[in-house]
Amino acid sequence: MRLSPEPFEPGALLTDFCQDRAETGAVVSFTGLTRAEKGVVAALELDAYPGFTEAAILETVAAAAARFGLQDVLVVHRVGKVSPGEPIVFVATASAHRRAAFEGVDFLMDYLKSRAPFWKKSHEGGAARWIEPTLGDYEDAARWDAPKDAG
Amino acid sequence: MRVLLFGPLSDIAGWREQILEPASATLFALRERLAAMDAALGAALEGEGVQAAVDKALVRGDAALSPTSEVAFLPPMSGG
Repeated sequence: MRLSPEPFEPGALLTDFCQDRAETGAVVSFTGLTRAEKGVVAALELDAYPGFTEAAILETVAAAAARFGLQDVLVVHRVGKVSPGEPIVFVATASAHRRAAFEGVDFLMDYLKSRAPFWKKSHEGGAARWIEPTLGDYEDAARWDAPKDAG
Repeated sequence: MRVLLFGPLSDIAGWREQILEPASATLFALRERLAAMDAALGAALEGEGVQAAVDKALVRGDAALSPTSEVAFLPPMSGG
């Protein structure tokens, strides 16, 4: 897990992640890009707490690895100002079979978008505003919760 | 002791990191001290969902602090 103040190249990360994997049958990766929202967003600014943010994400990575049976996980997340079109997050999972790798990435992205320790500011024109997760982000994350006991 | 503010809290206070000497003995005492320094920050620290971490571990309620403590105030996390 790495917080990156500099732009990263998702293709290079994926190539590295796929090296030396004689026992891996599946690698799935997700790259999130910063949206301009029809030209409104000049930049997103990601604030994180170095040490604390990585530890919280690693805890969830460990939970995902145990839950889905993942062999390996890589998470790279930008911090600081990110321009539209730039990659902001990269997640890759490796597993023996494809289902675990797909589900692991889906699970981790739902966590990263809703609960991970980041604070996100949108720079729009001359103004800036702090962004909260959307209802959809919370609903996506809740898909992975244990079903409520009907009794 | 080192005090860190994140997200909107640092905008409200106008600072992100500050060394306070002498250290406050407890988290509650530190909150009172920050509120006395800056009423707007004091009110924001009492806001819904604001958590405190001492030496990078979340704490609920009060906690003892030392001159080497790092205290962070974390507003609701937005995800990335």
